[in-house]
Amino acid sequence: MGRFHRHDDDTGHGHGHGHGHEHEHDGGHSHEPEADLHGDHSGYATGADRIVVLERIFDENDRRAAENRERLDRAGVLTLNLMSSPGAGKTTVLERTLAAVPDPGRIGIIEGDIETSIDADRLSAVGARVSLLNTANGFGGECHLDAPMVANALDRLDLEGLDLLFVENVGNLVCPAEFDVGAHRSVMVYAITEGEEKPLKYPVMFRAVDAVIVNKMDLLPHLDFDLELFEKNLQTVNPGVETIQVSARTGTGMDAWLAWLRRAER
Amino acid sequence: MHELSLCNSIQQVVNRAAGDRTVTVVHLRLGRLRQVVPDTLRYCWDLVTADSPLAGSELAIESVAVSARCNACAAGTTIADTLVLLCCECGSPDLELLTGEEFLITTLDLADSGADLG
Repeated sequence: MGRFHRHDDDTGHGHGHGHGHEHEHDGGHSHEPEADLHGDHSGYATGADRIVVLERIFDENDRRAAENRERLDRAGVLTLNLMSSPGAGKTTVLERTLAAVPDPGRIGIIEGDIETSIDADRLSAVGARVSLLNTANGFGGECHLDAPMVANALDRLDLEGLDLLFVENVGNLVCPAEFDVGAHRSVMVYAITEGEEKPLKYPVMFRAVDAVIVNKMDLLPHLDFDLELFEKNLQTVNPGVETIQVSARTGTGMDAWLAWLRRAER
Repeated sequence: MHELSLCNSIQQVVNRAAGDRTVTVVHLRLGRLRQVVPDTLRYCWDLVTADSPLAGSELAIESVAVSARCNACAAGTTIADTLVLLCCECGSPDLELLTGEEFLITTLDLADSGADLG
C-alpha cells in the first residue's frame, strides 16, 4: 500500500451531486463527484461571496512527478527514491552498491542535502553521476525533495547514459513520505540502532516503500535490538514488504540487495 | 515540517482561483493520515501570506477521520487517534482506506459580500 497512490480526494464515495456545494457545512465529507477533482477549477465562481475550488494541494507536485516518471521511462532509467532518517546509512549503502557494479558511471544519483556537498563528493569519488540539490533556501532548508526540485536535478544529468538512478532524499522519516518525486520504486534504509518501534511511530513512511534495507547488522551483538519484534512491527504497517539485512560497513548482505535491484522493474 | 512548502502551494491555488478578489477564509479538508499539523499550517500561512494580498486571511481546516473497509472480515471501521491501520473487529492489516488521506482546498470566502457566511 503505497503512500503515493493517493486517495486525498474523497473518491471512495460516488454521490452524484453537482456543483451546488457552497453550502457544505452539512457534516458530510463525501459529496464531490470524482470528475470534479481533477484539473484547474479556478473558473468555478458560484456566487459573489464564495468560490468553490476543490483542488488537491498535491496536484501540482503529483503532475510534475508524473512528468518526471515519463521522462525517466523514455530514457529507460529505473529510478529509486531512497529514504531514511539521518545517519541510517543511505550514502554508505550507495557507495557499496557503486563499488559492486561493473560500470558505476551508468548509475546516477540525485543527492538531496540541506547544506554541503559532502555526500555528493563521496559518491562522485566512486564513479557515479551526481546531481546535487541543496535545499537550503528561505527559512533554513526544505526537509524533503519534491517533484519540481527533482525535475531540475534531472536537467543536469545525461539520462541516456544511465541505467539506474537513485534519488537520495533528505534524511527525515516524515516529510519525504508525502511527496512523490517521480521514482518507480521507494526503498528505505533503516538502521537497527533506531529501535524496533520506528515502523509504528512513522507508519506513513514505512507504508510507502517497496523494500526496507535493514542496515548496521554488524552491530547486532552489541545492541538490545529485537529483530523479530522489528519485523513484526514493520509487517503490521506494511504487510508483505521485503526486508534485506545488510551491513553497509562490512559489506555483509549486499549481494541480497543487489539481487533485489536486479529484480526491480520500472 | 513541510507545512511551509504546503502553504506556498495553497497560496498558488488560492491566487489562481480568486484572481483580484479579496479572500477572507480558505477552507481546507485535511485527513488525519496526512502528516500535517493544523496549528503549524496556520502559523506558516501567516508567514507565507504576510505582505501579500492574502495577508490576514484565515485557514479553516476541517479534519477528516480515518475510515476503512476490512478485506478480511468485511467490517467497516473508523480508526481514531492512531496511524497504525488495523481492523477494529478482527485486527487484520488488510484494509482498504475510504477516508483520511484528503488534503484539498474546498472553498474560498470572499470579502465584501455583506452576507453572513456562517
